[in-house]
Formats: sequence, structure tokens, C-alpha cells
Amino acid sequence: MKSLAYIAIVSIFLAASLTGGAQCKNFAKKICKQELAPYIHDGNFNAAILTEGEDAELFKTFYAGQEYRISICCEETLPKVEFKVFDVDKKLLYTNASNNYSTSWDFKVEATQQLIIVVKIPSDENNADIPTSGCVAIMFGLKTE
Amino acid sequence: MLKGLTGVRAFFAYSVIFTALVFICCSSENKKSDKVQVDMNSSEQDSLALKGIKAAKQVFYSLPSPLETAMILKRAGAVYSEEILNSADNTSRYNTNKSMALNLGIYSTDLSYASLFDQTQASIRYMTASKKMAEGLGILNAIDNSIIERLEANVNNRDVILDLISETLLNTNSNLEENDRVSVGSIILVGGWVEGLYIAITLAENSKTDNSELINRIIDQKLSLNTVINLLNQNLDNADIKSVLADVNEIKAIYDQVSISVSGVEAIPNSKSGVTTLRSKNVTSVSPEVFTKLKAKVVEIRNKYTY
Repeated sequence: MKSLAYIAIVSIFLAASLTGGAQCKNFAKKICKQELAPYIHDGNFNAAILTEGEDAELFKTFYAGQEYRISICCEETLPKVEFKVFDVDKKLLYTNASNNYSTSWDFKVEATQQLIIVVKIPSDENNADIPTSGCVAIMFGLKTE
Repeated sequence: MLKGLTGVRAFFAYSVIFTALVFICCSSENKKSDKVQVDMNSSEQDSLALKGIKAAKQVFYSLPSPLETAMILKRAGAVYSEEILNSADNTSRYNTNKSMALNLGIYSTDLSYASLFDQTQASIRYMTASKKMAEGLGILNAIDNSIIERLEANVNNRDVILDLISETLLNTNSNLEENDRVSVGSIILVGGWVEGLYIAITLAENSKTDNSELINRIIDQKLSLNTVINLLNQNLDNADIKSVLADVNEIKAIYDQVSISVSGVEAIPNSKSGVTTLRSKNVTSVSPEVFTKLKAKVVEIRNKYTY
């Protein structure tokens, strides 16, 4: 019975990932894009259905002179999302854990460089049954002159 | 097995099992040779299976979008020069998926560049050209007539125009992702990236004033080049991706002779503005010969895509 339940959980995850694309798109457009204001969204779509315990990594080059806002946007069903920003040597530059789990971070770089953004959905230890999953979007806003 | 369960609980239990059975049936239809043996008594296997699910990691490679490319160009001191852009009248030349995807990226960069310089008529022409490419690729509703009408109604409002461009890019990218056409999305991004590099190189060459910032941004593209290659490598089973990757590798062979080093990155928060500055030591080096080779290669590849 326990194994059957696990198989069922796996199938729910996979079914959710098949239908989740449209759900994620609408979520990114309706909710996440608004959170970037007054920065203008760069137009890229980096979103996926994540489950508790999973993480996602994003590699992006940020350019000198441009001011950016990173906004991590997730569905309300998910627990507080952790996001960290590292340089290419894996040096931690920012974590929202030390900023009251803020969902956005404004920054600029003096020299163009690649950064790695890691987003993690922590496991909910109080939830021993079915881990929650939902849409998580990593959005970038650009400050206009 | 479900005796004793009634009402909502029974409905839930049946739903879970039904979903599991549907999934198992579908899987076995697609890959009949793949058989998974499950020991129904093994809790160890269950826990390993769950760990496997939890360990899955999504990796994204994010290239500068056409909008970001245009902003970087403007901040680096670029001027507006319409004659270097791909003419919006060229749309009838592009009939294959590859050429339409590349030129959707190229036109999107041209559109963003024209809009940032308040070139409203050119913006409308490039939005219309982008619409044709998107329709040719079957990306329906990404750029509809209402977007063109809103563009025409807001010709004097740059922020609204930039927001409209952002909306069309998001519509295009999400539509492709949703329909499992990520490879087309990657080719569009590469087209936009090559056009940005082409504009920067052409403007730097024609510049009569200080063009050092533009040249710096051209050198910086070595960093985005790695992202381009990683992005394309994710879909190597696609013939169009393979051919675009071959072009990108020719550019890479030249960028390999450019050196960039970034070290000692330090985050300096500013509580007043709320904007953190990332300070670092940055050393770049490129010889004039390498720069000349880079210019020639980028112009060659961009012209191959537009003709």
C-alpha cells in the first residue's frame, strides 16, 4: 500500500509537470511581472514547476552599468522560497534568508560578470505525506534611464 | 483495499490510483521495452525513489533578451543608425523554421533598439515584421493586432512601448516552452544575440568619438557566449540547433583569444537606495588583430542569417 502511494505521488508530479506549463505562464504573466515594477521585465521566461526539496539554478551574465532586479515568484501553496546569488567561484554574494526571505533583490555590477542564482524550495518538515509543488519563476527587471 | 473509505476520502484514493494507472499505461505504451520492477515490500526502494524525485534539479541558461541587449548598447553610448538594421521589408526571404526563428530574434533586437531611441515608425515596422516571423513559426497570439494597435496609440510613451515589447517576448518564450519547442526559442535568442553583437561592432567601427564602452561590451560577450553554447547544447538532437552551434563555435574560436578575468567580487549594500553594488577586479585583454577577426566573423554570420 505504501509503495502504491509512492507510485501515485510520482504520477501526480509527472501529470502536474505536463499540465503545469500553461499554469506557470499565466502565473508569470499575471503575478510575477507586476512584482518587477517599476523595473521593466526583460521578456525572458524562466519558470518551472518545483516540488518541496527541489532546487533550480540559473546562469546569467549581468552587464556593467545596468541596474537589475531579480524577483523570485512562487505560488502561495509553496513554503517560503530561499534564493542565493553566487559568483562563478561559488562565493555567496546574497541570500534572502538574511533579509527576511525577501522575494526580490536590486543590484548593479561594476564589471560585467556571470552570476549563478540558486532557488530552493525547502522541505516542509511538518508535512510528512505529499510534498507540495507549484510554479516558481525567476524574473529579471531592467531599470530604464 | 479501499474498503472502509467513504465519501471524499474514497474519491481521493480512487483518483490517486486512477492517475497512477493512467500514467503507467501511457508509459508502457510509449516505451514497451522499459520495465520497472517494484518490490511492493521494499520501503528502502520507496525512499530512494522519493529521494530521486527530490534531487531533480532544473538548470536555466539565460541569455540577454533583445530588450536587455538594446539597453546595454544605449548605455554604452551607441547612437541610432537605421541603415545597419535588417530591413523590415526582408520578411518574404525567410521561409524555413530556422531562418524565421533567427530573424524573429534579429527583428526583436532591432525593434528594441529602435524603440529605445524613440524611433516610433521604425518600431511599428519591426513589430509588424516580428509578428510575421512569429506567425510563420506558428507562435499564435504572441504578437496580435491589439499589440500593434497599442503600440500605435502610445508612440510618445516609451515606457509603454518597452512594456509591450517585453510582453511580446514573454508571450513568445512561454508559448514555445509550453509547446515543447524550446529549440526554436533558443534559436530566436541566438538570432537576437548575434544582432546585438553586429550592431555594437558596426557602430564601434563607424564611431568618430570615444567608443571604448562599446568595445568593452563587445568583449563582455565572451561571457554570454558560454551561456549561448550551454543553451544550444541542451537541444543537440535538432539539426537547426547543430548548424547554429557550428556558427557560434566559429565565433567562440576567436573569443578564445580574448581574456577576461573577474575576481574579488564583493557585495556593497546601499541602505539608502536599496541597490547593492557588486564590486570586483576586472582585467580584459584583446589584440587589435583578434578584434578585427571577430568583426569579420560576426558580420559574415549575421549577413548569412539575413540574406
